[in-house]
Amino acid sequence: MAEPKPLLEVRDLQVTFSTPRGTVRAVDGIGFTVEAGRTLGIVGESGSGKSVTSLAVMGLHRGAETTGSIALEGRELIGLPEKELSRLRGRRMAMIFQDPLSSLHPYYTVGEQIAEHHRVHFRSGRAAARKRAVEMLAEVGIPEPARRAGEYPHQFSGGMRQRAMIAMALACEPDLLIADEPTTALDVTVQAQILDLIARLQQERGLGVVMITHDLGVVARVAHEVLVMYGGRAAEQATADELFADPAHPYTRGLLDSLPRLDDADDAPLRAIPGAPPSLTARTPGCAFAPRCARAAAGTPDERERCATEQPAFRPYGDGSRMTACHFAGAVQEAAR
Amino acid sequence: MTTTEPGTATAPVPGTPDGPPLLDVRDLTMTFPGRRSATGRRGAAVKAVDGVSFSLSAGETLGLVGESGCGKSTTGRMLVRLLEPTSGSIAFEGRDISRLSQGQLRPLRKHLQMVFQDPHSSLNPRQTVARIISEPLLVQGWSADDARRRAAELMDLVGLIPEHIDRYPHEFSGGQAQRIGIARSLATNPRLVVADEPVSALDVSVQAQIVNLMERLRRELGLAYVFIAHDLSVVKRVSDRVAVMYLGRIVEIGDKHTLYADPQHPYTRALLSAVPLPDPAAERRRERITLLGDPPSPAAPPPGCTFHPRCAKAQEVCRTERPLLRIASPGETREVACHFPGD
Ligand SMILES: Nc1ncnc2c1ncn2[C@@H]1O[C@H](COP(=O)(O)OP(=O)(O)OP(=O)(O)O)[C@@H](O)[C@H]1O
Ligand SMILES: Nc1ncnc2c1ncn2[C@@H]1O[C@H](COP(=O)(O)OP(=O)(O)OP(=O)(O)O)[C@@H](O)[C@H]1O
Ligand code: SF4
Ligand SMILES: [Mg+2]
Ligand SMILES: [Mg+2]
Repeated sequence: MAEPKPLLEVRDLQVTFSTPRGTVRAVDGIGFTVEAGRTLGIVGESGSGKSVTSLAVMGLHRGAETTGSIALEGRELIGLPEKELSRLRGRRMAMIFQDPLSSLHPYYTVGEQIAEHHRVHFRSGRAAARKRAVEMLAEVGIPEPARRAGEYPHQFSGGMRQRAMIAMALACEPDLLIADEPTTALDVTVQAQILDLIARLQQERGLGVVMITHDLGVVARVAHEVLVMYGGRAAEQATADELFADPAHPYTRGLLDSLPRLDDADDAPLRAIPGAPPSLTARTPGCAFAPRCARAAAGTPDERERCATEQPAFRPYGDGSRMTACHFAGAVQEAAR
Repeated sequence: MTTTEPGTATAPVPGTPDGPPLLDVRDLTMTFPGRRSATGRRGAAVKAVDGVSFSLSAGETLGLVGESGCGKSTTGRMLVRLLEPTSGSIAFEGRDISRLSQGQLRPLRKHLQMVFQDPHSSLNPRQTVARIISEPLLVQGWSADDARRRAAELMDLVGLIPEHIDRYPHEFSGGQAQRIGIARSLATNPRLVVADEPVSALDVSVQAQIVNLMERLRRELGLAYVFIAHDLSVVKRVSDRVAVMYLGRIVEIGDKHTLYADPQHPYTRALLSAVPLPDPAAERRRERITLLGDPPSPAAPPPGCTFHPRCAKAQEVCRTERPLLRIASPGETREVACHFPGD
C-alpha cells in the first residue's frame, strides 16, 4: 500500500505579482507539510509573504503567478479549474482571513452569511443552515447568538467579527484550516476559548491547522512545528520547543529579543531589529537578512562577504528535523552565549 | 524630530500639572438604538458604553483593555468625536466637545486622531498612500507638494519605504497597511491619538519600532494616547495607567504597576492569568482562571454587578447591587468596582 499522503504538502512555492514597477516576488520557494491533527505555526516579518502563501493554498490569488506544488492529500491544486477549487474551499479547506471586515459582506446579516456558506456546501435546507449558523456563533462565544445572527457586520465589535469569520470557516467542518491572525482582535480569555475550540476539533476530527500569527505566545501554545519566514523565503523551521529554547537563525533570535515581556523594566527602548525589510522587486544575491543581521555584522570581513553575496541554502541543522537558511547557524548559538 | 511642522510653534503644553487635564471624560454613555426589523419592530437597544469616566494629561498614555465587545472602540470613537455620545461630557483642553457640530469640530480635528482597528478597511482602496496620508493635511489647508513631502517623511518614520508612496492599499500586507493608518494619524501633529489595536497586525520587531516611535513622540511632543489593545504585555509597556472594561463599564483603573502586580477585580485577575507566554514549556505548566458561563449581552446586562454570572466569588449582594468604582485600599489611587476585591 502506498504511504499515506500528508494532509497538505507545499513544495517550492513561488508567487509573483507583475506590477507597473516590476515583478514582486512575494513568495520565493517556500515548502512545508501539515499532517492531520497537527498545527504548523507560521511567523515572520510583516510583508514576508505569509498571507500570500495562505491565499495561494486556497487558490485565491487572482492576478498573481503561482508555481511549485500545493498538494491536498496528494491532489495537486495548482492549475485546478476554479470550479473544482471552489468546491474544495470551505468544504475541505477553509481560511480565516486577516481582515474580517473586508471579508464579510456589509449587506447581509452575519447569520445569513454563515448559513449560505453551509447551504452551498451541504445542500442543507434554509432552516437547518440557519440553526447551524446560530450553533457556530455560540461555539465561538458570541453572546445571545440567535439575536446576533440577525445583525449586520457593522453592528459587531472587531472581535465579534473575527469570531463570525471563525464560525464561518468552521461551519463546514473542513479538514484543513488556515488561520491568518485569527485572534488579534480577541481579548485573552476569548482567545483561549477559540484556541481550545480549535484544539478540540483537532482531537475529535483530526483537523490540520496552519496558524499564522505575530503573537509568539499563541505560537508557543498551539504550534507543534514553526516556520519562520523572512523576505518571502523560509528562514527556519523547527519544533516549537526547539525554536523558543534555541533559535538557530539570527532573524528568529532578533524576533524573540524584540518581545516586550510582562516582567520587563519599561524605561529602556524595546530591541527592534534595526533596518528595513528587503525589497521584493530587486533581490540581492546574498542572504536577504544580511543588511540587518547581527551575526553578519559581528563576523570577519570574509564572513560578511559571504553573507552579502551567497544565498544560504535552506538545509538541515543539528539533529532531528530542524532546517535553517543561514551560513553561520551554529555560530549564532555561540554568539548568544 | 526632523519633520516639518508649519503652524505648530511651541504652544504651551496643556494638561501639565497646573492646567486642566488634556482630556476629562465624565459619565460617557453610548446607546445604539435597536435595529428595525422587516416587521417594523425595534430590537433591543444596546448600551455599548455605560458611564465611563477618566482623565488624561498631555504626554500620558491610558491603556484600555477588556473583553471583546465591551465598548473600547465605541469609547475611542466618541473621544475623537466620530460618534456623538448619548450622554456625558468630554472636556478637551477644558472645553466640552461632546455636543459640538461637525462644523465646530473641524478646527479641532487636527488635534484628535484615531488609528483604526481594521487596517485595510479603514483605507480607501482607490486612493494612493500619498493621498491617504496627506488627506488630513489637505483639509487643514496644506499645499499638495508640502503634504506629499510630509507624507513621505511619515512613511519613513513608521518604517515604510517612502518610494512606495504612489501605491494602493491592496499592494501592502496587513502590517504595512496598519502603519499607513498610523502615519495618517500622526500627520497633523495631534495632541491626542486614540490608537485602536495599533500594533496587533505587526510582527514583534516592527511592533517594537512603533512602540519606540510612539514613546518618542510622546516625550518630544507631549502627545497623549488612549491605547486600546488585547496584548497585555504591550499595554503594560506603553501605558502609564490602565483601565479594564467589562460590558461598557470600567471595572478597574490605576497605575499600571499596581494593577499588574496586584489586580483586584476578579475579571482583571482572570485576564492576566490568560496572557499567552512566549515559552512552550511554561504554557503547558500554567494555570488559567477560566471564566464561568458565557459573555453577557449588552442588550440585556445582568443586574447588580454585570460580572456576577461569571464570577467565582459572587455573593447575594453582587446580584442586586451595582458596585461603584472606588479606591481599592488606602494610600492607592487605583480604583476598583467590586464588592469583594482582592483574593
Ligand atoms: N496584489 C499585490 N500586488 C503587489 N504586491 C503585493 C500584492 N499583495 C501582496 N503584495 C506584497 O507581497 C508581500 C507579502 O505580502 P503578505 O500580505 O503575504 O505579507 P504578510 O507576511 O502576510 O504580512 P503581515 O504580517 O503584515 O500580514 C508584501 O510586501 C506585499 O506588499
Ligand atoms: N454601529 C453599531 N450599531 C449597533 N451596535 C453596535 C454598533 N457598534 C458597536 N455596537 C455594539 O456595541 C458593543 C461594543 O462594541 P465595540 O466595538 O466598542 O467593542 P470593543 O470593546 O471595541 O470590542 P473588540 O475588542 O471586539 O474590538 C458591541 O456589543 C457591539 O456589537
Ligand atoms: S547567512 Fe549571514 S546574513 Fe544571513 S542570517 Fe546567517 S549570518 Fe546573518
Ligand atoms: Mg498577512
Ligand atoms: Mg474594538
